[in-house]
Amino acid sequence: MTNQNETPIYDAIQQYIKNRIVSFDVPGHKQGKGHKDLVEAFGTKCISMDLNSSKPLDNLTHPTSSIRRAEDLAAEAFNAGHAFLILNGTTAAVQNMIFYCCRKNDKIILPRNVHKSVINAMVICGAEPVYINPGVNTEFGISLGMSIEDIKKTVRDNPSAKAILVNNPTYYGICSNLKEIVRIAHNAGMLVLVDEAHGTHLYFGDDLPISGMEAGADIAAVSIHKTGGSLTQSSMLLVSDKIDAEDMRQTINLTQTTSGSYLLMASLDIARKNLFLNGKDIFKKVCNLAEYARNEVNKIGGFRAFGNEIINGDTVYAFDKTKLSIHTRAMGLAGIEVYDILRDEFGIQIEFGDIGNILAIISVGDRELEIERLLGALSEIHRRFRKEPMNMLEHEYINPLVIMSPQKAFYSKKRALPIEDSAGHISAELVMAYPPGIPVLAPGERITEEIIDYVRYAKEKGCAMMGTKDETMNNIETVEE
Amino acid sequence: MELWYTENHTEDVKFSIRVNKQIYSAQSEFQRIDIFDSKEFGRFFTLDGLMMLTEKDEFIYHDMIVHVPLATNPDIHNVLVIGAGDGGTVRELTRYETIEKIDMVEIDKMVVDACIKYIPQTASKFNDSRVNLFFEDGLKFVRDKVDAYDLIIVDSTDPFGPGEGLFTKEFYGNCYKALTKSGILVNQHECPYYADYARSMKSAHKRIKELFPITRVYQAHIPTYPSGHWLFGFASKIKDPINDFNAEKWSALGLKTRYYNTDLHKGCFAIPNYVKELLESADSE
Repeated sequence: MTNQNETPIYDAIQQYIKNRIVSFDVPGHKQGKGHKDLVEAFGTKCISMDLNSSKPLDNLTHPTSSIRRAEDLAAEAFNAGHAFLILNGTTAAVQNMIFYCCRKNDKIILPRNVHKSVINAMVICGAEPVYINPGVNTEFGISLGMSIEDIKKTVRDNPSAKAILVNNPTYYGICSNLKEIVRIAHNAGMLVLVDEAHGTHLYFGDDLPISGMEAGADIAAVSIHKTGGSLTQSSMLLVSDKIDAEDMRQTINLTQTTSGSYLLMASLDIARKNLFLNGKDIFKKVCNLAEYARNEVNKIGGFRAFGNEIINGDTVYAFDKTKLSIHTRAMGLAGIEVYDILRDEFGIQIEFGDIGNILAIISVGDRELEIERLLGALSEIHRRFRKEPMNMLEHEYINPLVIMSPQKAFYSKKRALPIEDSAGHISAELVMAYPPGIPVLAPGERITEEIIDYVRYAKEKGCAMMGTKDETMNNIETVEE
Repeated sequence: MELWYTENHTEDVKFSIRVNKQIYSAQSEFQRIDIFDSKEFGRFFTLDGLMMLTEKDEFIYHDMIVHVPLATNPDIHNVLVIGAGDGGTVRELTRYETIEKIDMVEIDKMVVDACIKYIPQTASKFNDSRVNLFFEDGLKFVRDKVDAYDLIIVDSTDPFGPGEGLFTKEFYGNCYKALTKSGILVNQHECPYYADYARSMKSAHKRIKELFPITRVYQAHIPTYPSGHWLFGFASKIKDPINDFNAEKWSALGLKTRYYNTDLHKGCFAIPNYVKELLESADSE
């Protein structure tokens, strides 16, 4: 067993600094000597670690020493065949999974509630989506996981598809039956790609849904910075031992920066060590805090914090109990309204609010005191802001009508139309209500009245509409037919 | 040998007391607790190095945080005290026979234990049958209480440690809910002079004012607190601390006090212009 106490990248940086090497390379601030404001702003220690690839520090795109060692330690910690450090966010990790297995016109099976990075990857590589309608919980208006029946049917109907992409878990903490999906996919000769942007902790905590690597998936994008404690934008891509790691590296190197930040890399190193050594205890505490908060929220009245009781054996195969999702409409408030009140009235920032729910992320950094503040504020919102209960919109899920590939639509001749008059046309761009950042329309899909209604409602409730060229979203780019 | 306790009142201002002997030092789950003996101030007690009380001047703080609301409304029966682990506030409250119940919520049991052992001057009435001690977060305790207390006294540390939650809008709002229809909230309100403290004072004032119809600020002179000029917040649903004050009625109780008196009751709400301006500027922020 290798020693997970090590932090090879961080150690190499410290050794480099101790050796007092004179720098005639980049970065030009020369460990802060040339830029006092930077040192003032971020601190000497931080700036002195902002270095460039070199023999003693290794090279991210072709690692042979400390970075290679960090990859090996990470692979061991995550129980993967190989682990890659990704510095352009989990967006890049997700895109690399798709670039690795899809060429132009290759099909990929995926749930509609994918992150926009997946759709953008298809615009770049020309893959064609085969969407599976994730189940919808009509009580809360959230999209769920994929049902096994739908997976089987879609695989049968699309035998040439290269891969199935699975969210593990979704933003709301919902997991599909990943092990069964892996079995079905592998029998059909397809790869399983797992978006674990919200799933780092699944690798370390007890009594949590199964992780991608443990379920036998082929590739997983794991956002260490989200719940694992590394710096923002640092992420990892894991592959099983059935994937040729050096092939994967060639794909990653198409888009990975050649000036990898040593601050980000060292933070991944340190986070991996902490997760391996203390993860079990940390996530036990996180689970306890979340469970406590869920119980207390449900005592306030009006709010409904959902948990394991929504598990249904299929579209909710497992629930990630570290997620504190709270349904708000029985209080007469949209999730986005509660999200805004928490910030503006109480100075509490939560992860997101959508039309019916809010989501608070509980992680490594939380203490009882902050949980009590959130609970105190929710109880005050109940006292001071509650209104007549609102009906849930029929549901938030809108079945996409894919007319052409995202790439073809994105690069087609376009015409801007007022969104109100765009029904029947094909969208040339991505439309999302943010939060929660799940696509309403992807390039290549038919615009319908239902979609226009949804956009109008989301805008009215204060969701920011994103993805369109027109930042006010009064107009939409359509494919000229 | 010279041994001095020093608190930084600001980055550039220090306050020191010559110490005869350190009596106690411990790190609890929440904070560092120290107790010292000194010639000038007698025994004194600090949390995270910040002065909480001295035997010589604690009467000022405890008189003012207790007698002002009780003289405003002599019909107070149920009291909630938050913080106040040294026991001084409870000690003053137990002098009122009209009070039927005193719930005290202190997050740190080690503070109470240390004060019982080493500062009997203040921690003398925890065994009064009306007193119930709860060792938990004040915000948590008050969250599910409705129409339960005639008076809530927030005797907290500064808002940069475990006491942070006790300066928030969610806390004050939950206190409003926990108070009866004639309820009063009194809190230690920091000092107006040094900028860091004044900022805390302003934000506390602004948050309370958005929730309570009647809000006033009153002051006292406390030699061992930063700048020596300390404020208290008075917030209530219907009782005005000056218009509803009945001096004869309070005097008839025959309570002997070293700092508080009925003239001071009216006078302590008269605050300097610069403090008024700070409070007014908080309203418009």
